Amino acid sequence: MIQNFINGLYEFHFLQNALITAVVIGIVSGAVGCFIILRGMSLMGDAISHAVLPGVAISYILGINFFIGAIAFGLLSSLIITYIKNNSLIKGDTAIGITFSSFLALGIILIGVANSSTDLFHILFGNILAVQDIDKWLTIGVSIFVLIVIALFFKQLLITSFDPLMAKAIGMKVNFYHYLLMVLLTLVSVTAMQSVGTILIVAMLITPAATAYLYTNSLKKMLILSSSIGAISSVLGLFIGYTFNNAAGSSIVITSAIIFAVSFLISPKQKFIRKRVKV
Amino acid sequence: MIKIEHLNVFYSENKALTDVQLKLESGGIIGMIGPNGAGKSTLIKAILNIIPYSGRVLIEGKESKKFLKNIAYVEQKSNIDLTFPITVKECVSLGTYTGLKLFQKVGSKEWLRVAQALEKVNLSEYANRQIGELSGGQFQRVLLARCLVQEADYIFLDEPFVGIDSVSEKIIMDLLQYLKEQEKLILIVHHDLSKVKVYFDELIILNKEIIAYGKVKESFTHENLKKAYGDNIFIGD
Repeated sequence: MIQNFINGLYEFHFLQNALITAVVIGIVSGAVGCFIILRGMSLMGDAISHAVLPGVAISYILGINFFIGAIAFGLLSSLIITYIKNNSLIKGDTAIGITFSSFLALGIILIGVANSSTDLFHILFGNILAVQDIDKWLTIGVSIFVLIVIALFFKQLLITSFDPLMAKAIGMKVNFYHYLLMVLLTLVSVTAMQSVGTILIVAMLITPAATAYLYTNSLKKMLILSSSIGAISSVLGLFIGYTFNNAAGSSIVITSAIIFAVSFLISPKQKFIRKRVKV
Repeated sequence: MIKIEHLNVFYSENKALTDVQLKLESGGIIGMIGPNGAGKSTLIKAILNIIPYSGRVLIEGKESKKFLKNIAYVEQKSNIDLTFPITVKECVSLGTYTGLKLFQKVGSKEWLRVAQALEKVNLSEYANRQIGELSGGQFQRVLLARCLVQEADYIFLDEPFVGIDSVSEKIIMDLLQYLKEQEKLILIVHHDLSKVKVYFDELIILNKEIIAYGKVKESFTHENLKKAYGDNIFIGD
């Protein structure tokens, strides 16, 4: 089975593209996901990943690169959610629910207007085996950009995630870093759309990060471990998808979920937390 | 010196602080007491520009906004997520950020200051532990070490003595005395009236407005406390 997969890698260009793209997406979504779960923004990640859909559709209609429309709508949704949350009695999770479902519905209608239903299926559920060279290079480029931004602003992202009040007290622009993270999240959502699809992106963002959280006591280690788990899940998921002829995106998500489930049972930190709860 | 002139804070329609006027001098430990909802934390947050206010806050004669890096602030430790993946030394190192440029990383000089601060609060051996593994008192000392490495002239602490053991209390008090000798201005929000005379040199009594401010002997009177807390207040001597 493994030999068959390796032979396929030598033989088929589409499989090479799929593997490289999936690994890169696993790494970058694992890294951004750490900040998402530590800031309690998992739902926001879900919302933005769904909200990029109308942007993708409009890009198809206008004949421009889908990144542009997706980023515009991803950011628009995060602005709308933050605005509703800060300026009404509505709570954050409700604002997220209303916004992302509306954007998703709008996206589905627009995709219907723009193109055939096959495209919609691929956008919703991903089609890693159909990744073109241009998409692969775009994914690599965007991912390198996201990782560089994280490295450059690491200390700001750390303090605003861990102790936003202290960050404000020393005069840091906490809102700026919130929106910076939203931009990164949108970029990752658009790239990950190709591998696991819009519906499942949130799994790539939060499952490897949540798994890494169970093992690590420092953010740097968590980022490295989460990215590694993301990459490993992508390789194993692709292998399973290719070998058993399953949907590769879903196989990647299930693989990372299994790694999480095992970690949940064996991680020393989890046992530690349980002990604390008993006390 | 911190000078507060006609400071007012509103939360929605409700007035949280009314016409606060204060002049705080360096070189002493100043306590701030008052009933729940009196606006103690609010006053600190207003000075730090975390919440909007009307009036003026001047530090060394200039707008407080320009002095934020020179104020070390320790919020109530219950606000902090103790499960966050951050080690004790990393948590202390956050205090060095005010001295770093935009893309500058924490370097060997900063790590040395972190190590020295951890030694001062007697927590060197815990440097690589995750913060959730510490007791309440130990974590409060970590936050104080973070203040030390910030090397600020103004230190604001919100309820630092809540839920700590006597060992930590002694270490914290010794450290505050040391900072006082360094001519720092230390402002502490506090609620346990029984320790006021032990901890503080000066006292602010607050209940949405300043009830009294001055040396503890002069301000910590039954009459002032009644004004702030109502008739049912009782303090043993």
